[in-house]
Amino acid sequence: MKNHVLRPLYVALALVGFILFVRKLLVPVDFGIYERGYMYGWHRKSNEAEWKGVRIKYKTDKGCRDCHRDKYEEISKSGHSIISCENCHGPRYEHPKDPPGLTVDRSRGLCVRCHAHIPYMTGGRGDIPGIDPEKHYPQAECVMCHLSHNPKPMNQKREARS
Amino acid sequence: MINRRQFCKRAIIAVGGLMLPLAALEIFDPRTLQAEKETGNKTRWGFLVDTRKCVGCGFCVKACKIENEVPYDANVTRTWVERYVVTRDGKTYIDSPKGARDGFTSPKIDQNHHGMHEIPPQEVTKAFFVPKLCNQCENPPCVQVCPVGATYQTEDGVVLIDRTWCIGCGYCIMGCPYSVRFFHPVHHVAEKCNFCYHRISQGMKTACVDACPFGARSVGNLKDPDDPVTRIIMTERVSVLKEEYGTKPQVFYLGLSKEVK
Amino acid sequence: MGHGEVWTLKEFFVYPNEYIYWSIQIVMYPFMTGLVAGAFVLSSLYHVFGLKQLKDIARFSLVFSLALLPVAMMPLMLHLQQPLRGINVMMTPHFTSAIAAFGIVFTTYGLIVASEIWFVYRRFIVESVLELRAKGEKTSAEWLKLTIYSVLSMGAMDLSPEALNKDERAVTILAGVGIPVACFLHGYAGFIFGSVKANALWMTPLMPVIFICSAVVSGIALCLLTYILTMEIRKLIAAYNRKTYPKEQHPSPEELGSVELHVVKTTAKYLVMFLVLAITLELLDLIFRGYTAVRSWDILRRVIYEKDFVKIFVLQYGMGNLIPFLLFLVPGLTVRRAAVGCALCLVGIFMMRWNVVIGGQAFSGSFAGFMEYKLPLWPDDLETFKEGLMGALMVAATPFVLFYTITRILPVFGVKDSH
Repeated sequence: MKNHVLRPLYVALALVGFILFVRKLLVPVDFGIYERGYMYGWHRKSNEAEWKGVRIKYKTDKGCRDCHRDKYEEISKSGHSIISCENCHGPRYEHPKDPPGLTVDRSRGLCVRCHAHIPYMTGGRGDIPGIDPEKHYPQAECVMCHLSHNPKPMNQKREARS
Repeated sequence: MINRRQFCKRAIIAVGGLMLPLAALEIFDPRTLQAEKETGNKTRWGFLVDTRKCVGCGFCVKACKIENEVPYDANVTRTWVERYVVTRDGKTYIDSPKGARDGFTSPKIDQNHHGMHEIPPQEVTKAFFVPKLCNQCENPPCVQVCPVGATYQTEDGVVLIDRTWCIGCGYCIMGCPYSVRFFHPVHHVAEKCNFCYHRISQGMKTACVDACPFGARSVGNLKDPDDPVTRIIMTERVSVLKEEYGTKPQVFYLGLSKEVK
Repeated sequence: MGHGEVWTLKEFFVYPNEYIYWSIQIVMYPFMTGLVAGAFVLSSLYHVFGLKQLKDIARFSLVFSLALLPVAMMPLMLHLQQPLRGINVMMTPHFTSAIAAFGIVFTTYGLIVASEIWFVYRRFIVESVLELRAKGEKTSAEWLKLTIYSVLSMGAMDLSPEALNKDERAVTILAGVGIPVACFLHGYAGFIFGSVKANALWMTPLMPVIFICSAVVSGIALCLLTYILTMEIRKLIAAYNRKTYPKEQHPSPEELGSVELHVVKTTAKYLVMFLVLAITLELLDLIFRGYTAVRSWDILRRVIYEKDFVKIFVLQYGMGNLIPFLLFLVPGLTVRRAAVGCALCLVGIFMMRWNVVIGGQAFSGSFAGFMEYKLPLWPDDLETFKEGLMGALMVAATPFVLFYTITRILPVFGVKDSH
């Protein structure tokens, strides 16, 4: 009879062989060491392209200007010109193809992001004209009285002034 | 009982046997060595935050969540804004309610379990806002600790996560000193800011940079000396967060104060 | 809802993405691997170093460490967000990560334990095969047994003295190789924590050594406790048999009891030895942190001395270390006292794991706030089951079920082994 002592070793080797076989089947072919070496660059290369292919939602003001040039020029003179159109009008996606119209955020919450008065004199926040959201017409939407595209006090809506 | 001679012999065999598999762990790959020498790459993304310009409106957080499909109401976020309020008695109060997704709309400080803390305006000696995001470290500890190679650094320095390969062990979340990582509530894999890789690789800016009305955020190529971001980093006094961890963060800050954690 | 939000309570300022991501299952993981390693080291004390007094408990703890083995992996699987992808660790291991080698080390260790058991039981297995084959009429249960034993024998039917001698040598070698691997398996669990530079509490080079020492303590304690309990049950069975079948010969309770006490006393010595080592290292770590008082010490001190005071100083050091220490050292050790000491030791080591894993997440990376883990008691969904009390209990109960199943095939008592 041959040496029986090595039999568990054969079982172990068979297991290792099995794992190596499964590895061959399961590991994507482009998995390997890339530019940043083994410590930082051990990955599946095609994943980079997957991330590059993520759909862009915010298309920036450039696209808005191309179609709505008159509006754009007008607003660019106001104090709110620093705010990107999409911050209030929502991400553009493929508009006007999809969606044909955008959902504009006219909520009070949007305005108080900057205009809730927080009196910090270090930094710009304290300098922004602000209100106390709990005291300044708490039930009303800001756009009922204020023109968001031209927010200077004298440009408040006519009906609100009278 | 064994004698000394036998003991020594066995000990040597045991140690030797142990060393073999350890030695096998070291992978000597010519590509690794080559990669370390290679310098042909022309892009290294970096970020600049000017804390003096930030007013805590949180438009960046909102845009980021929508652009990168992080569930809007989940209390996790790829980028966030912190508020620091230092009072006359030397105390520092910090908060970031919902990551500042809806901006800072009240002078009250969110102390989580302890509720809202009100500080009289005359007690405030300095107060400021600090946007945070992934630092895309040169030596990312999160990548080092990933057991399966599901997170990695691209040639242009951005750290990405392979959503099809991540096992969700959370070791990278633990390994990040900046706590920028979290589990994606829908995909159930590790998630974090990737400088909007889909945007910057197409010549656009990140969603948060585009959304910031005050120019507090900017993204640029650190390998291009003419890039406005690079020029500021090269010529002005910038600092980084938690330098002591040796991660070499690539998000640079202007006007950072010592209170910032 | 983000993962971890259900059971995390935040206090003061905590980064928005911070939660208790590593919950009860990651407490169970080092606890269970510790038991595996400790049980194996205990059995090796006999097989390698020839401590004859431990013969009885050696086979017992060897089989127990096999029963514990799958359970060391269970908590990891339960805590993964993508449990089905756990195999990726074997597919594309990234060895710069402390977790990557887990699959390999774990498999190696499992194979060593299994082979050692095979050698220890080979004589029994072969004899069972021969005995069953010789039987003319076989019930279906016996057929099943015959099949199992035939497969287990792997065709190695040689029972000559030379062959048995070879078995014995193989056991010694495997047990010898097994000790460093067992220590590696567990020291490595310590390294997983100790190497996280982002965590002020975890990051210490002492972590692996502390983990190994406490692992041996917990392993010995569990084996001893289970051994005592099994012996008590055997005494009851013997008493019952004596009543029912008075004609046959049965071991007397005194006989069993004296064997038991002898084993308990010897094993307890080793337990105390490792306990002293573990406490020394832990205290060294604590003193060193306080003395050097680097930036993180402010928040660590608040966690250690204020938030977790009861868990650390009362439950872990007091109840889990000091009391068992006294119980074992006061002269005239009795079996009952040893059992209480072992149980308290297990509580102490469990609390140590808890205080490391949960305690390490009890403060924010900003050092400006705290987090508390509210253990989900009753599961509302899969997540709160897996990472709550019920999941932990399931993990804790599994080794006993497995142990019972294995001993149906490979009995631990009253067997003539090759060794």
